[in-house]
Amino acid sequence: MTVIEARGLRKAFGKTVAVDGVNLRVEEGRILGLIGPNGAGKSTTLNAILGLTQYQGELRVLGRDPWVERDQLMRDVCFIADVAVLPRWMRVTQALDYVAGVHPRFDRAKAQGFLAKTAIKSGSRVRELSKGMVTQLHLALVMAIDARLLVLDEPTLGLDILYRKQFYDSLLNDYFDRSRTILVTTHQVEEIQHVLTDLMFIKQGRIVLDCSMEEFESRYLEVMVHPEQLTTARALKPIHERQVFGRSILLFERVDRQQLAGVGEVRTPSIADVFVAVMGNMIGNPSDQAQGAVR
Amino acid sequence: MNTEPNAVPESPLGSQPTAPVAMSVPRPFYWSVRRELWENRSIYLAPLAVAAVVLLGSAISLIGVPRSVREVAALDPAMQSAMLAHPYAHIAMLLVATGILVGIFYCLDALHGERRDRSILFWKSLPVSDLTTVLSKAIIPLVILPVIVFVTTVVLQFILLLMSSAVLLASGVGVTTLWTRLPLFQMELVLLYSLIVLALWHAPIYAWLLLVSGWARRATFLWAVLPLVAIVVFERIAFHTSYFGSLMHYRVGGFAARAFAFHLPGNAPVDPHFIPLSLLTPGKFLSTPGLWLGLAVAAIFLAAAVRLRRYREPI
Repeated sequence: MTVIEARGLRKAFGKTVAVDGVNLRVEEGRILGLIGPNGAGKSTTLNAILGLTQYQGELRVLGRDPWVERDQLMRDVCFIADVAVLPRWMRVTQALDYVAGVHPRFDRAKAQGFLAKTAIKSGSRVRELSKGMVTQLHLALVMAIDARLLVLDEPTLGLDILYRKQFYDSLLNDYFDRSRTILVTTHQVEEIQHVLTDLMFIKQGRIVLDCSMEEFESRYLEVMVHPEQLTTARALKPIHERQVFGRSILLFERVDRQQLAGVGEVRTPSIADVFVAVMGNMIGNPSDQAQGAVR
Repeated sequence: MNTEPNAVPESPLGSQPTAPVAMSVPRPFYWSVRRELWENRSIYLAPLAVAAVVLLGSAISLIGVPRSVREVAALDPAMQSAMLAHPYAHIAMLLVATGILVGIFYCLDALHGERRDRSILFWKSLPVSDLTTVLSKAIIPLVILPVIVFVTTVVLQFILLLMSSAVLLASGVGVTTLWTRLPLFQMELVLLYSLIVLALWHAPIYAWLLLVSGWARRATFLWAVLPLVAIVVFERIAFHTSYFGSLMHYRVGGFAARAFAFHLPGNAPVDPHFIPLSLLTPGKFLSTPGLWLGLAVAAIFLAAAVRLRRYREPI
C-alpha cells in the first residue's frame, strides 16, 4: 500500500521556489531518508505532507489530502519537528494526560514504559529537561502512538552522539515494524545509513536521486585505487575523486564490480560521500547535470 | 477518562474484564481547555490573588464594622440594604474587573504564544482540529473566567459575612441588622446575571483579540488597539464625525443601559452598589439588536481565527 504519493508537488514563497515539481512515492514498511543541503526544500516537502503548508500539485498521504484533513490525518501520522517543540511549561505527566486525552491510538502505559528507561522524572517541566531528554520525551510520546507514518525532521539536531545513537536504536528496536513507515530528514547521514531502506536526495526543490538502499549499494562503488592503476581507473569515468592519505579514492556509478576490482580495493561508499559527489558535481550547472549525472 | 468505567456494553466474551482500557475515547475539546488552564495559570491565580488581598484588607477593616453597622441601623430601612451592600459590591466589582483584565491579556497571547515558542508544531501534530483549538481558547473568557469570578466572589463574600458576624457578636452589637438587611442572595443573582450579560456583550471584543493574536507577529496589544484608534482619529479629521468612536463606546459599555433599569418607579435613581432584581431587564437585553449583531461579528472573527490558524507557522 502506498503511504505517500506526490505528483508535481510545488511550493513557492513569493518568487523563491522551495519545492519544484517533486514526485515521490513511499510504500508501506519503508524507512526513507530525504537528504539535502540547507534550503533544498526538505522541510517544505515535509510540511506539505503533514498538512502544515499549502501546495500546488497532487499529494495524498494515506489516501487523504493533508491540507484539508490535517486533524483526521494526524490520527495515523506522527511527527517530530526539527527542534524540540514541546511546550516548555508542560509537565511530563501533563504531556501524557493531554496526548492520552486527545489521541485515540495512544498507549499511555507504553509511553510510561519508555520513560522509565530514561532519567526523566514524571513531575518535571519540559523547561527543566536537557535537550536530549526533551527529545527522549517526545520520542516516548510518539512511539506509544500506533501510527502508520512517522515523520522526523532533523530529530537529532543538537544532540550528543549517545542520545543520537540511542534515538535510532529505540526507533528500530522498539517501534519499527514492517507495517509502519518512517520518513526522516537529517544532516547526520552516516548515522542513518544502516537504518534506511530507501534514499532520496533533494536539491533546489527537486529530487535528484531516488533509490532503495539495495539499489544504492549495487549502483555506487568506491575504489581505493592502486597508484599504478590510476590512469586505468580514471578511464572508467568516476563521478568523483578524492585523496585520503595520499591514496586516490574514486567513486563510480553503474560500473561493473569485477572491472573495478582490477584497479583497487572496492567497497560500498557512504551516503555522505555519494551525497558530496552528486551535489558537488552539480554546482557548476545544476539543472543539466542533475539529469545527466544522477537520473 | 470514562465516567462509568464498569459500563462496558459490548465487551467480547474472551477478553479479560480487569484489563486496563488503554485506548479511551478521545475528548479533544475537554483536554484542550484543560491544557489552557495548565499553561495560563493566571486564569485562576489572578482572581485568587485579588481575593487574598481583599480578604487581608477586610480583616483589618473589620475593626470599624460595629460602628458602621450601628450607624446603618439608625438609617431609613430602605437605605440600610444599600449601605450594608457596599463592601460586598466592591468585592464583586473588583473581581469582575480582574476577570475582564485577565481575559483581555489571555486572548492577546492565546494564539500568539504557541507560535512564538514553536509549540504550535506539537499541537498540530495531534489529531485536534483548528476549530477545536480556537473554541477551547474562546471559551476561557466567555465561560471559564466568568464561572471562576462568580465562585470566587461568592466564597469571598460569604467569608466576609462570617468574619463581620463574628466581630459584631464579639463587640455586642449583634448580627440582626446585618443578616436581615444585607441582600446577599439577591446580589449573587445580580452578579450571575451581570457576568452572563458582560460575556455575551463583550464576546466580539474577545474574538477580535483572539483573531489579532493569531495574526500579528509581535506587539499583539498594539495591533489590537491602534487600528481602532486610527479609524476614530481619521473619521474625526476627515469627516468631523464620530460614528466609529460611538460604536466602540457602545460595544464596551452599551450593555448597562439595556440589561439594567437604573431608575426605580417614580424616577428615583438607584445606588449601583445594590441593584434590586426588579430592575434587571433581560427581555430588553435579549431583544437588543446590538447583542445579536455583536455575537454574529464574534462568530465571524472566530471563524477567521480558525482559518488563519491553518496557515500559521512558528514565528
